[in-house]
Amino acid sequence: MSTSPRSPVYALVGNPNCGKSTLFNALTGLKQKVGNYPGVTVERKMGTAYSQHGHPIQIIDLPGAYSLAARSPDEAVTRDVLLGRRADTPQPDRIICIVDATNLERNLYLVHQILDLGRPVIVVLNMMDLLAQSGLQIRVARLEHMLGIPVIPCEAINGKGLIELRLAMSRADLPLARHAWDVPAPIAPAVAELQASLSENENRSSLIARAEALLLLTDQDSVRVAGSTPLSPRTQEILRSWEQRWAATGTDWAGTLVNSRYEVIGTLCAEVVQRAGATGPSPSDRIDSVVTHPVWGWLVFGTVMTALFLGIFTFAQYPMDWLDAHVSMLADWLRGNMPAGDLRALLTDGVIAGVGRVIVFLPQILVLYFFIGLLEASGYMSRAAFIMDRVMSRVGLNGKSFIPLLSSYACAIPGIMATRTIEERKDRLITILVAPLMSCSARLPVYLLMIAALFPSGRVPVLTKVGLMMGMYALGTAAAFGFAWLFKRTLLKGETPVMIMELPPYRWPSLKGLALQMIERAGLFLRRAGTIILGVSIVLWFLTAYPKMPAGTPPVEQVAHSFAGRLGHTLEPVLRPLGFDWRIGVAIVSSFVAREVFVSATGVVFGVETDTKGNILPLRDALQHATWPDGRALFTPLVCLNLMIYYVLAMQCLSTTAVVRRETNSWGWAIFQQVYLSVTAWVVACAVYQVGRALGF
Amino acid sequence: MAAPIKLSELPIGANAIVREFPKTGPAFLRLREMGLVAGTPVKLVRCAPLGDPLEIQVRGYHLTLRRSEADHVLVESV
Repeated sequence: MSTSPRSPVYALVGNPNCGKSTLFNALTGLKQKVGNYPGVTVERKMGTAYSQHGHPIQIIDLPGAYSLAARSPDEAVTRDVLLGRRADTPQPDRIICIVDATNLERNLYLVHQILDLGRPVIVVLNMMDLLAQSGLQIRVARLEHMLGIPVIPCEAINGKGLIELRLAMSRADLPLARHAWDVPAPIAPAVAELQASLSENENRSSLIARAEALLLLTDQDSVRVAGSTPLSPRTQEILRSWEQRWAATGTDWAGTLVNSRYEVIGTLCAEVVQRAGATGPSPSDRIDSVVTHPVWGWLVFGTVMTALFLGIFTFAQYPMDWLDAHVSMLADWLRGNMPAGDLRALLTDGVIAGVGRVIVFLPQILVLYFFIGLLEASGYMSRAAFIMDRVMSRVGLNGKSFIPLLSSYACAIPGIMATRTIEERKDRLITILVAPLMSCSARLPVYLLMIAALFPSGRVPVLTKVGLMMGMYALGTAAAFGFAWLFKRTLLKGETPVMIMELPPYRWPSLKGLALQMIERAGLFLRRAGTIILGVSIVLWFLTAYPKMPAGTPPVEQVAHSFAGRLGHTLEPVLRPLGFDWRIGVAIVSSFVAREVFVSATGVVFGVETDTKGNILPLRDALQHATWPDGRALFTPLVCLNLMIYYVLAMQCLSTTAVVRRETNSWGWAIFQQVYLSVTAWVVACAVYQVGRALGF
Repeated sequence: MAAPIKLSELPIGANAIVREFPKTGPAFLRLREMGLVAGTPVKLVRCAPLGDPLEIQVRGYHLTLRRSEADHVLVESV
């Protein structure tokens, strides 16, 4: 443990919903670096603040935690960084504990654990502005005196108290807490023995060793994450032997520790917190009596979800079309101003098309993060989870998976990015794995083309069209829930899901915080997923454009002889049981980047110029006349339907794969998802075709 | 002293004091760390529109838990 001569590194810790991010943003402004802790899907945020004298101070914003006995990967990272158990992050020299002043008792639990660490701590009492409203008063000077460390009242959202906090952070010396807390007698010998082992075998300083010894006892089956230094065998042995001894005598060691911490906190709060008279129901209570009402609650919920869905589906459409149009304009301009050749084709059909495919998602991601940010900051997000929990529990998930899945109807990418609000790692993974089954907007062009091809007369009865569309949405949704149920029982078997969740009071969101979050997410998407999407788009362009045929070859011939065309031919034996020929194979292969490419790819292989206005009639006629070599019609009603089913289930979206890779931090899950969805799509489509044929369709 | 009943059997809006709390299981350890220990006053605020989960008030804040957990928490109505 070396104490650096430089300015100390601070860690910012606090419960979820206590205004930690707002404080971090206020302290560091835009001087933030966002990344991932290696090996875990937990975000690492570092920032630089400036002391009163302009010296830079490094701050690590640790994930929100209720306790250091970790129940989620987020909390595990917070614990490991504070204990110096992560080689990738410096152990903080000092700690800023932010607490919600309106909810002092529970917030002090984490503070109490942190004081054990024996590091200088500054307590920030946030939300002082809401204190009077809740009929409470806190004697700050008294609290400061009792704890023996600086306690700074603050309103992070209005920037009040920041100067005082900076002053405290700039102090060369910070007092250690006057922290008289006797370890409960029944477990004291165990703490002493563990502490000795941690000091001896793992080189811990004596205070950190004591803190960790205490933690290990409330931590017996807590979450361990990659990148965390494991315990030494000796320490594990001591821990196990005490646990066995206590189990035999029926000592409730973990409970004893928690109770005794709350006893200390209770005494503290009795001295410090004053209730200013009787209080009626709070404004939040009154809002909740409507928002979670058996009738009005559904109305509010329906309205909010419709707004969210419309936001992603329609509002984002205008900027998307605008971007799309400008990307094609750029490509056209290049076509007009560059000599024809490989380079021009690479730029227009490879690079620009790829870039377009990336930035076209930006409006959706921005709109979604605006809504998600709004829902989270205002407090409605946890109400939505509360309302939907019962439904989601049927497949073994909890209410927090609902919004990501709903967003996936518009597009799986923002949906998967929204799973960050799910703390349980397995539940989050399951939600990510099934999200692409929710029929996204990119499938619409495929559905529309196939429905058009189903009706030779050209007149599609409205009810049939609506019915078919609804059928496809229902199939996708049922598959998503079915697989979630299956994964929960097999691959990602976890403990029974719980729904222990705080319902924070409603608050006005800060627009600055919302804007920051939107920019940050968009930037992350461009950097992490964008590069992969661009790269593979270029590769796929190459596969359809090469090897080159002599100039003047019609596009149909060119495609037939390209690598993609050959792949289509090679795949034909696999696709035949589904009723698809090699040309449909080429369209499937080309639309691997994005489902909507299916339409333009079909246009190319069936020799129809598709115009950008989306007129699919010439293409529909071409499809209706397409035949197998022996003259049988290719696009029978059964095949059209089967293609739709195939596109409901198959994972034909490279951008999603790139985002899954980023969000799960592993290629493994991204590839698994690709494989399980492709196999499912093939098996189901094969079954439908074979059964359909047998029935005479 | 009234006989303890399950937290999940408490009528909506009723106040109670936690009497007995399961000793093991990660969910119960977390509930304890969230401040629900023997002797703590709780209030059953409401249940979700579909009947589950429940919303309780404890130590001045609101918390949700499922009936499956609330079944194991014994309280004494006050």
